[in-house]
Parts: sequence; structure tokens; C-alpha cells
Amino acid sequence: MSELLQFTFSGLTVGAVYALVALGFTIIYNASGVVNFAQGEFVMLGGMITVFAHAAGAPLPAAAALAVVATAAIGILLNKLAIERARGASVVTLIIITIGASIFLRGAAQLGFDKQLHRFPSFSGDDPIAIAGATILPQSLWMLFGAAVVFAALYLFFTRSLTGKAVLATANNKLAAQLVGIDTDFVMALSFGLSAAIGALAGVLATPITLTSYDAGTALALKGFAAAMLGGMGNPFGALVGGLLVGLIEATTAGYLSSDYKDAAAFVVILAVLFAMPQGLFGKSAQERV
Amino acid sequence: MLSVEGLRSRYGRIEVLHGVDLEVKAGEIVTVIGANGAGKTTLLRCLSGVQPVAAGRIVFRGDDVTRTAGHRRLGAGLAQVPEGRQIFTNLTVEENLRLGAYLFSDDRVDSDMAEAFAMFPVLREKRNQRAGGLSGGQQQMLAMARALMGRPNCLLLDEPSMGLAPILVDQILDVVRNLKSLDVTVLLVEQNAYAALAIADRGYVMETGRVTMSGPAAELIADARIREAYLGV
Ligand SMILES: Nc1ncnc2c1ncn2[C@@H]1O[C@H](COP(=O)(O)OP(=O)(O)O)[C@@H](O)[C@H]1O
Ligand SMILES: [Mg+2]
Repeated sequence: MSELLQFTFSGLTVGAVYALVALGFTIIYNASGVVNFAQGEFVMLGGMITVFAHAAGAPLPAAAALAVVATAAIGILLNKLAIERARGASVVTLIIITIGASIFLRGAAQLGFDKQLHRFPSFSGDDPIAIAGATILPQSLWMLFGAAVVFAALYLFFTRSLTGKAVLATANNKLAAQLVGIDTDFVMALSFGLSAAIGALAGVLATPITLTSYDAGTALALKGFAAAMLGGMGNPFGALVGGLLVGLIEATTAGYLSSDYKDAAAFVVILAVLFAMPQGLFGKSAQERV
Repeated sequence: MLSVEGLRSRYGRIEVLHGVDLEVKAGEIVTVIGANGAGKTTLLRCLSGVQPVAAGRIVFRGDDVTRTAGHRRLGAGLAQVPEGRQIFTNLTVEENLRLGAYLFSDDRVDSDMAEAFAMFPVLREKRNQRAGGLSGGQQQMLAMARALMGRPNCLLLDEPSMGLAPILVDQILDVVRNLKSLDVTVLLVEQNAYAALAIADRGYVMETGRVTMSGPAAELIADARIREAYLGV
């Protein structure tokens, strides 16, 4: 029992990161129809920029804030310099552009930073907290708390604010959005900035536990993408559930079987779900999206 | 109010508007009729800035807006109810209307919405439903109400009667006729030529990217060539 609780804790912790990465995919996908394969690099940049800013003397909170803001700026630049320039190109072309951007960002991080594994101190120390026979790290609580805050804030943004509605409107019907006066280029820039900031925040929260390096983004992007597909690409709630599920499947497989099987188990479950429900758990059918 | 001079536009390398001239004066209802593929929708897309103009000029209320970005045309007073309605299907009826007034956040938004509901009571009943679930006629009403939420001086309508039962066509065109009393100037594109000419002050006939005839609506209705080609009599 306490064993299962222990696996649940570690599953939710890593699942929170996957959920944030999946959310980043979701926001850009909704605004543009593009799956942004540079999403994992946003997470990496969040961690790496914090590491190097902190090492250069910045207090941890300031280094983390700088990392989030700088990564958001990089996301906006990616949209401005690469995606916006290719206006009118097919979605496949745009996806290939994001793959190129991901390779570029990884290379730039390798040159600009280094090839070592890095971490910075946990926000509230490393003494495990005992709960019902299991333990959880304070940093895990930070990760769960951070993910909860991001999802709640985004929910309010999309349901309560006119700007949030404008993003949904642009995703739903770009022509109509322009006709009611929405600057759809701004919506795209906002979506990239927001996705990048969320990715960077995930990196900031996770790095004390998972460590980071210039190539840490690839695996995260894969897991986050799988989580988004599992939940139903385009649905923020699906991203949350998909992320947590992938994390839980991994952690229980690693705990009860072997960590050799954890990636395989997650992908088997995802394939099984997608076989039965091609739109994912909470995805809309193709008909409904039109 | 609106004048178009020598307007040319193309899709890729294929030109589909070959120099269109057209004028709409304040307070008028002007209609553009023409067969499928004549270029009517392309003309309205150019006017709303969502289609590149290759040559020519669009002057709206004294300003050259030929190169003005699409999302700025409504702010200048030019709204469009596009072909196929193009409502936000995943959002509610009320959200659609609120987004129609995206440029505004004053008290008038609420009173405009009350007015829209008074004009189309069925939208009030369905205000919290997903717009994609509305019938064709209701979607057309929503598209018109959403455009009016943007407080336009001039409204472009692209085939509002398309795909509607005759009784709904009458209802929609009645609303268009009544826009005069709201001080909204109208440019109405229709394939349903008779119904459009019946409510218009003036009309233009478009054929394969050109204006081939124009004049007072009453004269066009009486013209033998138009009766044969577009009115089926
Ligand atoms: N997206 C498009 N790409 C290429 N050609 C188009 C496109 N839309 C319309 N056309 C062509 O432009 C011409 C004018 O079309 P359109 O403006 O839709 O006419 P109408 O509204 O009068 O039916 C037609 O020959 C049509 O085939
Ligand atoms: Mg048309």
C-alpha cells in the first residue's frame, strides 16, 4: 500500500512536467494547427538559463524569472522569424520548421552553455516529507503546485478574458477572427510566448530533481507529445490528464516491473488507447472541430 | 462611403478580378449579382483586407484602405458577414456576439447585445449553447448579429440567403432592408438576384471578374438581358 503510494507520488511528480509540456503543445496546436517540436527545448532552456544565471550570481528566484522571460522571448522570435515568414505554407512544412528550430536551439545551447549535466538547489531543501508510509520531496510538491497554478490560470484566461476568447476564436475560425478585428498575428505570437514560458517554468520546477543538459528537451518533447495525444491533441484538460497518466504508468511500471520497461509500457498504453479512441481520451472528433 | 477603382486580385498566378469599379454611397443598399464563380466573394474579401489586392484602390469614408490590414478594417467601420457564415462553432452564441464587439469594452456592448437579441429572439433562447449546434438560418442570424456588434458604418453581406428555406430568406432580407433605419450602409452580394434587386437601391452585375452592367435596381429588374440570365424569366 505504501509502496503504491510511493509510486503514485513519483508518477504525479514527473507527470506534472509532462502535463506542462503537453499543455505547451496544445496551445500552439490550437492557435496554428502546428505541432511544435521545439517544445522540449523550451523546457531545457528554462533549466539551463536558470543554472547559468544562478552560477553567475543571480539569486535563484531572479534567475528563474529571467529564464522564463528569456525563453518566452525566444518562443516569440521563433514565431516571428520562422513561422510567420512561412505564412501560407502547409502545416507539414511548419512542423518541419519547428524540428529545425529544435535542432538549432539544442546546438546553440551546447555551444553557448556546455555539455555537462546541471542542477540548482531545490527551492525548499531536500528533506523528504513522510506521508502515510511513503515519502515525497518538497520539490515534488513545488512541481505539482506549479502545474496546478498554471492550469488554473490558463483556465481563467481562456474562459474569463476577452483576449483568451480571441485566442479560442482564432483557433476556431481564423478568417472570422480577422473580420471581428482580432490581430491573428498577435494571437500567434502570444501563443508561442505563452507555450515557451510554460515550458521554461516546467524546466525550472523539474531541474532540481531531474537535472538538465543541452539535450534534455528531446525526451521530454516525446513524452509530452505522447501525453497530449493520449489526452486528445488540442484539449488543455486532456493535456493535464494525459501528462499525469503517462507519469503514473511510467512510475508504476518502473516500480513493479523494471525501469527498463517504463517507456515501453507508457507507449503501449497510449497506442492501445489511440487504437480504441483515435481522437484521444478527451479529443474532439474531426467533425466537431470544423 | 465606399469606392473601388480598377481592383484586380489573383489566386496564385490566376487573376480573377480584372479591374472592378464600384461605388456605394452612404445610406444606400447596393447589390452585386452574378453567377457562381464571377468573383463576388473575392471582391468582398479584398474589401475586408483578407485577400491581397494586385492593383487598384479601395477608398472607405475618404481614406485609402487598400493596404490596411484585415483586422483593422472593422475599426474603420467596415464589417462583413462572410460566405458560409463562418461563426465560431466551438464557442457559445453569446461568446460569438461578445467577440463581434472585440474592439470595444464599454457599456454599449451590453445594450448592443440586448438589441441583437431583440432583433433575433431565437438567439437569446440559445445564448449559452454551442453555436455549431444552431440551424442554418439561426447561424445566419448569428453571423449578422455578430457583425452588427462591431458597430459598422457599412456592412458587406456575402450570400446571406444561401441554403435557406424561402421563408427564412424573406426574414433575413427583411433584416437587411431594415439596416437602413440603423444608419448602416449595405453592400449585398447575392446569387438570388430577384430577391436582392427587390430590396436594393442600385445594383451591379458581375461576370468573370468584371462589372458588366450597373444601374438603379428597378431598371435592372426590368432589363431583358438580366431577366433572361439571372431572373429565369
Ligand atoms: N481559394 C481559391 N483558390 C483559387 N481559386 C479560387 C479560390 N477561391 C475562388 N477561386 C476562383 O476565383 C473565381 C472567383 O471566385 P469567387 O470570388 O468565389 O466567385 P463567386 O463568389 O462570385 O462565386 C472562381 O473562378 C474561383 O474558382
Ligand atoms: Mg461566392
